[in-house]
Amino acid sequence: MTVRNKNKFSELRVNSKTENLSVIRDFVSEKALDAGLPMATVENIMLAVDEACTNIIKHAYKSSPEGKIILNIDYDEKKFTITIIDYGKSFEPNSVPLPNLQKYYREHKVGGLGIYLMKSLMDDVKYTSVPGKYNQVLLSKNINGS
Amino acid sequence: MAEFSTSIKENGDISVINLKGFLDAHTAPTLENNFTQLIESNKYKIVVNFEDLAYISSAGLGVFMAYIESVRENKGDIKLTNMSDKVYNIFDLLGFPLLYEIYKKEEEAVQKFKES
Repeated sequence: MTVRNKNKFSELRVNSKTENLSVIRDFVSEKALDAGLPMATVENIMLAVDEACTNIIKHAYKSSPEGKIILNIDYDEKKFTITIIDYGKSFEPNSVPLPNLQKYYREHKVGGLGIYLMKSLMDDVKYTSVPGKYNQVLLSKNINGS
Repeated sequence: MAEFSTSIKENGDISVINLKGFLDAHTAPTLENNFTQLIESNKYKIVVNFEDLAYISSAGLGVFMAYIESVRENKGDIKLTNMSDKVYNIFDLLGFPLLYEIYKKEEEAVQKFKES
């Protein structure tokens, strides 16, 4: 694990293990607090990033602990942005329908809730994939906005 | 590493699971084991007390989805209590209040089981 700080840009590199989710959350909350965001917003961002990284660990790397996850945080007075890169299986977020909880209940289905949470908690969620190379998810929250 | 622990106390035929700490994809298996053990012991009246839970992600919410049906098929229920506003908001965002009984206090959920 390495952390690099350069002004308002920070990077964290961790392996794709669920035990690193707490390391990821701590990194995100520290930077979001540095950016002056209110606690409720910090907690929402932490949860959205946890969901994105949980999906990477479980789906892109299929729970193999050797994968790399790289988080970059960048912010200015208008926007707080987290970019997460992985080198696992690419992911098509539009193939995941919005969850219908009643249907989930009947079908014992539990996936898909994370993406819905990410979209609900952040102002923008963008997936980019270069198949065979890398996947990137960008999460951003407007500052002084909603 | 995120700390998460559970403890179970019995109140007649009602089992109360207390959650403490951070419930995420890493710690969810601990809670899954609790549910599996209760179900294997034919204990289907389950109250989950969230008072000391600091954090939950969808992996944690998924645990409740995974067990609710088999519990209800056996005339039991999983009732949720003592959530902080922060944790309740996440449940609410995903529509859980439509599917689960959520009470302010553990005693209310226990009472509900006793009345049924």
